[in-house]
Amino acid sequence: MTLMTILLVLLVLAGLWASMTTLLLRATIALALASAMLAVVMYTLGATIAAVLELSVCAGLISVVFVSVISLTQRKPFKDYVVRRASRLTRFWPLPLVLVAAGVALSFVHSPVQVALPVPGAEGDVRVVLWNLRQLDLFGQILILLAGVIGVLVLFKRESKDDN
Amino acid sequence: MSHLLLLVPFAALILANLLPRSARPAATWIAFGVLALQTVAVVLQPLGLTDWSALDPVDATIGLRVSMDNLSILLLLSAGLAGMASLMAAGPGLKTGRERFLFANLVLVALIGINGISMVRDLFSLYVFIEVTAVATFILVAIRHGTDAFEGAWKYVVLSAVASVLMLSSIALYILVEGGVSLAAVTHALASPGPIPWIAAALFLCGLFIKGGLVPFHGWLADAYSAAPAPASIFMAGIVTKASGVFALMRLAQSVFADALPARWIFLVVGAVTLVVGAFLALTQSDMKRMLAYSSVSQIGYIVLALGGSQQLGIVAAALHFFNHAVSKSQLFANAEAIEEQLGTVSMDRMGGLGSRMPVTAGTSAVASLSIAGLPPLAGFWSKLLIVIALWQVGQYTFAAIAVLTSLVTLGYFLSLQRRVFFGTPLPEWASVKEAGGRLLVPALALSLITVAIGLGFPLVLSMLLGGGQ
Repeated sequence: MTLMTILLVLLVLAGLWASMTTLLLRATIALALASAMLAVVMYTLGATIAAVLELSVCAGLISVVFVSVISLTQRKPFKDYVVRRASRLTRFWPLPLVLVAAGVALSFVHSPVQVALPVPGAEGDVRVVLWNLRQLDLFGQILILLAGVIGVLVLFKRESKDDN
Repeated sequence: MSHLLLLVPFAALILANLLPRSARPAATWIAFGVLALQTVAVVLQPLGLTDWSALDPVDATIGLRVSMDNLSILLLLSAGLAGMASLMAAGPGLKTGRERFLFANLVLVALIGINGISMVRDLFSLYVFIEVTAVATFILVAIRHGTDAFEGAWKYVVLSAVASVLMLSSIALYILVEGGVSLAAVTHALASPGPIPWIAAALFLCGLFIKGGLVPFHGWLADAYSAAPAPASIFMAGIVTKASGVFALMRLAQSVFADALPARWIFLVVGAVTLVVGAFLALTQSDMKRMLAYSSVSQIGYIVLALGGSQQLGIVAAALHFFNHAVSKSQLFANAEAIEEQLGTVSMDRMGGLGSRMPVTAGTSAVASLSIAGLPPLAGFWSKLLIVIALWQVGQYTFAAIAVLTSLVTLGYFLSLQRRVFFGTPLPEWASVKEAGGRLLVPALALSLITVAIGLGFPLVLSMLLGGGQ
């Protein structure tokens, strides 16, 4: 239980850092950290495949995409950064307080649901779920990726003359 | 049979991308062909030529779990019509061949999403297809680049992400308490005691309210509609936001909340607030596309209000108003594009007297405006009448009165639009303006004709809908 508490506190802190920092690179690192914490939480709860996916896709792949996009941008002068940091801190200072208040409030609520998590079996096997039970959703996921590819073409590919 | 509605557009998408660069203009016609095929198949269905009623609830041909009913058919038909109108308008509305090619691709992706939404019976699959439609639409808004386009798309992305979080949280809660997210499982969960299923229902409804642009989550809609290029706004206003937000609400009202009083009250209150706020916001606009966007917000309010009425008639009224509004609003955005193409602006302060220069645009826009305002004998009159009757049947007289009174506001802003754009003396600077080209007039004329035909042949339409209603 203690390990879980530490992990959850770290997860919240990483999320807080990601939202409050002014530097995109730091936000990306914070997000990856939050993702890594979440992966450990998932692993501790027994959802190993979800943990592996969270770690590889969210903490790994997405961070790589973010960092490569950030490397394409130009950094603002330090003076601007100081001003932005000040304005961001003024805007976001209640966020940690809200989180602490929400945490304290939730700790008074006794869990109202008694749930029995599904027993791992044929239906709990991620392969069966993906390929047999939720084929339609997999088809939808392929389409979302395809739409993403078209989006990259629309947003980033410059038009050549013979396209007109 | 119904899996073809997903696979045919998918095959067309692949085919369009296999075309050599020189043949890419054909992509628009491939997409148009798919939409025309869908429309014809849906129209012929009540005549028994293509029999979808014989479908099992689960179409097991390739394991895609889908099923169809009259509600699905209305959505498929609306999607076909709005999609064809938008592809016709893509010729004059998008400047480069590349933009038109990508537009056709995105319309096909969004169409698969919409067709999926029409037939799924599972909360998670519903979410997946709503996302398919949404991702295609973000890009449609931004397709022409520019600050406005990026701002409109960005607002849409951010609010959609919030909606996704709400919907996924709801799905997680249902899996926790019920172990499944099929509509039957959700109905069962809502019947059991405890607050969790209802908290989950509220989260999912909030997500759908954002996607549908209902008040107080309507902020993104006017920006997205007015920033998008005309063909995209025809498609979005006609069908996309309605399919991803409002249709899903209709499906839930029909299958999950059939006997749930709290949900009915949510629909009544949110619907009434949306239709009143949308109508008054529309009244204050001077940009034609923004006025049409707020008018959409208001009409979506009517559809949601109808879901709070009596069970069967409420759904039928909502579905009919859904269809009528899809037809008329696609057409009004096509009219707006015709005007923008000629004048280079959609600011109504700079228009006036265009009726004599653009008679077809003026005439068709009058038909659509009067239909949405609910004037007999046009299609919109009947659907609004049914909405009022559905509310009356369950004793919601106040909400029925709100619906009737807001119709007057609707008539007010549409008359103001007609007066400011088409009546009066033409400004000297528009002396050389002439009627728009055929690719904008044909959809406008066809959609007007549908509005008039449904209005005149309404008893037939109603008996078909009620006869086969599930």
